[in-house]
Amino acid sequence: MRKDSHSIETFAAWMLALLWLLPLAYSFWSAFHPSEYATRFDITAPLTLDNFAKAWSQAPFARYYLNTVMLVTLVLAGQLVIATLAAYAFARFRFVGRDVLFALVLVQLMIMPDVLIVENYRVISGLNLLDTIPAIALPYMASAFGIFLLRQTFKSVPNELVEAARVEGASSFGVLWRVFVPLGKTTYIAFGLVSVSYHWNNFLWPLIVTNSVESRPLTVGLAVFGAPETGVDWSVITAATVMTMAPLLLAFLLFQRQFVQSFMRAGIR
Amino acid sequence: MRFKTKALLTAGFMTIAGLGATAAQAVDLTMYYPVAVGGPVTKIIDDVVQRFQKENPDIKIEAVYAGNYTDTMTKAMTAMKGGQPPQLSVLFSTDLFTLMDEKAIVPIDELAGADGQEWLKSFYPAFMENGQVDGKTWSVPFQRSTIVLYYNKDAFKEAGLDPEKPPTTWAEMAEMSKKLVKRDASGNVTRWGVEIPSTGYGYWMLQALAIENGQKLMNEAGNKTFFNENKTVEALRYWVDLSAKDGVMPKGAVEWGTLRTDFLEGKTAMMWHTTGNLTAVKEGAKFNFGVAMLPAKEQRGSPTGGGNFYVFKSASPDQQKAAVKFIRWATAPERAAEWSIKTGYVAVTPAAYETETMKAYVKDFPQAVVARDQLKHAVAELSVHDNGRIYKIVNDAVQAAVTGTQTPQEALESAQKQSERVLSRYK
Amino acid sequence: MVASVMSATEPKSARRRNWVKSVNAWLLLLPAMVLLATFTHYPIIATLYHSFFSLGRSGPAEFVGLENYRYMLDDDVFWQVLRNNFIFALATVPTSIALALLMAVWVDKKIVGRSFLRLAFFTPTVLPMIAVANIWLFFYTPDYGLLDQFLKSLGFAGHNWLGDPSTVMTCLAVMVVWKEAGFFMIFYLAALQSTPPELKEAASVEGASRWYFFRRVTFPLLMPTTLFISINALINSFKLVDQLVIMTKGGPNNASSLLLYYIYEVAFNFWDTTYAATLTVTLIAILAAVALTKFVYLDRRIHYQ
Repeated sequence: MRKDSHSIETFAAWMLALLWLLPLAYSFWSAFHPSEYATRFDITAPLTLDNFAKAWSQAPFARYYLNTVMLVTLVLAGQLVIATLAAYAFARFRFVGRDVLFALVLVQLMIMPDVLIVENYRVISGLNLLDTIPAIALPYMASAFGIFLLRQTFKSVPNELVEAARVEGASSFGVLWRVFVPLGKTTYIAFGLVSVSYHWNNFLWPLIVTNSVESRPLTVGLAVFGAPETGVDWSVITAATVMTMAPLLLAFLLFQRQFVQSFMRAGIR
Repeated sequence: MRFKTKALLTAGFMTIAGLGATAAQAVDLTMYYPVAVGGPVTKIIDDVVQRFQKENPDIKIEAVYAGNYTDTMTKAMTAMKGGQPPQLSVLFSTDLFTLMDEKAIVPIDELAGADGQEWLKSFYPAFMENGQVDGKTWSVPFQRSTIVLYYNKDAFKEAGLDPEKPPTTWAEMAEMSKKLVKRDASGNVTRWGVEIPSTGYGYWMLQALAIENGQKLMNEAGNKTFFNENKTVEALRYWVDLSAKDGVMPKGAVEWGTLRTDFLEGKTAMMWHTTGNLTAVKEGAKFNFGVAMLPAKEQRGSPTGGGNFYVFKSASPDQQKAAVKFIRWATAPERAAEWSIKTGYVAVTPAAYETETMKAYVKDFPQAVVARDQLKHAVAELSVHDNGRIYKIVNDAVQAAVTGTQTPQEALESAQKQSERVLSRYK
Repeated sequence: MVASVMSATEPKSARRRNWVKSVNAWLLLLPAMVLLATFTHYPIIATLYHSFFSLGRSGPAEFVGLENYRYMLDDDVFWQVLRNNFIFALATVPTSIALALLMAVWVDKKIVGRSFLRLAFFTPTVLPMIAVANIWLFFYTPDYGLLDQFLKSLGFAGHNWLGDPSTVMTCLAVMVVWKEAGFFMIFYLAALQSTPPELKEAASVEGASRWYFFRRVTFPLLMPTTLFISINALINSFKLVDQLVIMTKGGPNNASSLLLYYIYEVAFNFWDTTYAATLTVTLIAILAAVALTKFVYLDRRIHYQ
């Protein structure tokens, strides 16, 4: 009886998993087969890379890749530095206005830059940064989430380690660099993965502030490319879609454990 | 202090992104353009720009594809508000009032030089209508179209209809559609009679129907609309009844973007679409197809449609001059003919139809001139102040009606009420 | 705690040291605070400020008091997108939470192919919404889309899924649940793995039915996680609009439009930035209300540590 219910559950779990993979599997099917087979599933259908070649030649995807990589790097680098400094201050210093400032940081946790598009657009254009990669990155550069995570981590650093470093004559920065940063490694990885996947996938804000091929990230490039008006072949659109997803998907498959654990870590705190 | 921080940040990031000042001798132009039809349009435009640059090495044009018309207008305006306007753009011919209200553009006749007036007279007058206000020409026709009826001749034969006699009236279209609908054994429709797209360009289709019913949708000054007139309501009712009563059109919103594929896949025997799609249909059709003028109620008719060249006010005199040079080059008869052949858009000057290339093409493919011939029945496309907003209001009304959420009367009453609210500022 | 211990070690000139410490801390915080002020605090205040002004398209912007708010309350589309947004939240939040819990329970125990299952459930989370929307768009395409083909092979009629106001929301909700459930599963999984193993053993030894154990022990233990996820999911449902740009543009007749998408439209298609600011104030108010709930909860957790 119990065994039965067990295998029924296993079966159900597998069905759900297959259902969950179906959309992805389908996009791969249609990307790797000629367009006649886009909606016909025939196991003998010939495989082809034509769709990728077409997509690649019809829009500047190479440039879009470069833009996205630059964007993600810029955001992450900025976030890590800024959040580390801020978290250090919050976790290890006692100073006037700490609680107020921390509350001000937390404001960003609920009112994300994503919803402030109208005014942030004004700010960015006031800074004369429209249509640049920094324009996409800046609003996200100070991450309340990152500060919050690192602060928790830094708080749990044992006091003895700090004292030991102090005795050796390390300055405030020295302590931060030699004690806190190494101990925060897992948090950094966790935050980094979450941040990279967020900004690789971000769309609405980049759509608003970019105008040209030179600054468009992949997501915006894909949206512009796939507009149904152009009637681009369905298989070619899926090929472009697969190209957009591929790097993250690949990274995810390779470092599955780290990804899951990172998202977990980032979430529980 | 605060300003300094910003300036510093700016400077810092400018270097990071490697955006050094671009020192160039040549005149640099940025041009946004939309794509609303099938085929390798971006490639065609790139090619046009390349060839122009070869002939004019002192001018560099960066052509930026920014989506459909609405997206492109959004981009152009966003860039302008952000202080980086393009120097020229292809935008809806009907965005004129909006662009004028935003003080974004300059009249072109003043830039065109001594023979400018003559040049501007060489275009089809129907295409110039949307571009002329207060005796000035603010835009030059480029990718212009009318709506035509595409029909599947093979399907006509199969249904016992004469493939050389497309419908000429509303009643005929409804009747023929009934014969063209095909069902499978279980009664599900496998082929519809006719499809009129209701997303994106629903206002355009509604305007076609209204014109055919003898009703204008707006006044010349662009500050009054006639959405709730009886004849407009009648026009929308006819459209809605094609699916609700006659059952010859699918229920719900019909996608503009995928309609061509529907037609090519044989899912519908007829479709209303822009002639700009003609070449893509020709390339993709595995059956014989015909192109006809839209059927009449009181009269034939279609609004013109599509995009014009605009020159932006903020561009330097040199840039403006270079922009006009490009526009003249791109609309010259040979190029206009070539563009028309590659896409299906109507060539913008009569002279283009006199070129040898065009004559040869039309001889083999007479469908190519239907849209041009329809010009004599054509009316300027709906164009008012705050155009984007009014389009959205009409599109919403059309969608509310075709999905059965509201009756045509209710939907259009509400559209009229909302439009009046928006337009009251421009009286 | 730690900081007070550190400063207590050297009582001499403690005041001066405190002062230096404050300056140090402020310097460390400077970059973060400048950026936050520029891109979060200032925009929030500016939004509020601009919502009281006229657009000034043909003249200088004037103070108009609550005029924009009156316009908003009069705007049918505003009420519709607000209603849509709540329906969207109601449709996606509980469903994805329930599915996430189910998935987590499955992959927490020894089940055949556990890591494959985890992978399958989690994958949609790392994909860009834009790509996902492209794929699902084709699922829903009438007649030759995958869904219609499947239905037709079973003898049902096709349907215009995204073109029908009565089905479009459900279609989008299904897609979003698919995308998000795996993400929330992770939180449950984390919570489940920190459940004391003795408890699980106790349950199996006593032979308590699994359902009973789940209902009386596991689920209550997971309550904080559930609350946390609900709030996150709720916030997400207000900022997730990428799919609309690709799939429906908010149509037909605004049936699938959401508040943030409407703001985008008003601001960047119609260039009515003051009205967009007014709408944004509403959105901020909603998010702030959600956040207050969150804070009551978060504060408690912070105190624990």
